[in-house]
Amino acid sequence: MKMTIVVHSGDFDKVMSALIVGNGVLAMGGEVTLYFTFWGLQRLVRKKLASGPLSKMHFFGLGKWIMIQRMKKNRVATPERLMEDFRALGGKVIACEMTMELMGLSKNRMEEKWIDRYGAVGMYVRETESSDRTLFI
Amino acid sequence: MNPDIVVDVTGETCPVPLVEMRKAVMKAEKGNIIEMKGTHPASMMEIPMAVDSLGLKLLKTEESNGVWHIFIQR
Repeated sequence: MKMTIVVHSGDFDKVMSALIVGNGVLAMGGEVTLYFTFWGLQRLVRKKLASGPLSKMHFFGLGKWIMIQRMKKNRVATPERLMEDFRALGGKVIACEMTMELMGLSKNRMEEKWIDRYGAVGMYVRETESSDRTLFI
Repeated sequence: MNPDIVVDVTGETCPVPLVEMRKAVMKAEKGNIIEMKGTHPASMMEIPMAVDSLGLKLLKTEESNGVWHIFIQR
């Protein structure tokens, strides 16, 4: 099984969802490509993977703080750990070059060890051609 | 049953038990037995599902007082 996930959102909880689903697919023997674009790209900037707001009830950071406390209490893996696991299990990451320009991001600001390739919509289409399913997060 | 690799994911939650199982399988040689030990309830059902998806052999599942042991052969 091969899955392509478009990570369009940079929200903390949505990026977590993409990484959890991605790790699940890899753990069960599938292949996964994460295609980061628009707000999602901000999470590939060095040290910013966990910096996104909550998609709901962020409350200027208070909601996110509560969420992180609950995650610690329940021993939920951090986004950094999930990304390291995703890479260790062979997950691929593509950063969209066109939207990087729109977002004002240059390659020297990105966490390059997590990025396999820079691409545009053509690369996304190539990835989905061979995928059984695609998620847009 | 004498496992070659023991992975303790006690207290860990989704998706860590599955991920650690997959890492152990990647490390194991053909024929090796992996013992997964954990407490996350859903993972007790999901690890056998993953074993099936990966085409591995599920040898045994035991559970007592919320602690499960799953034996897998690569």
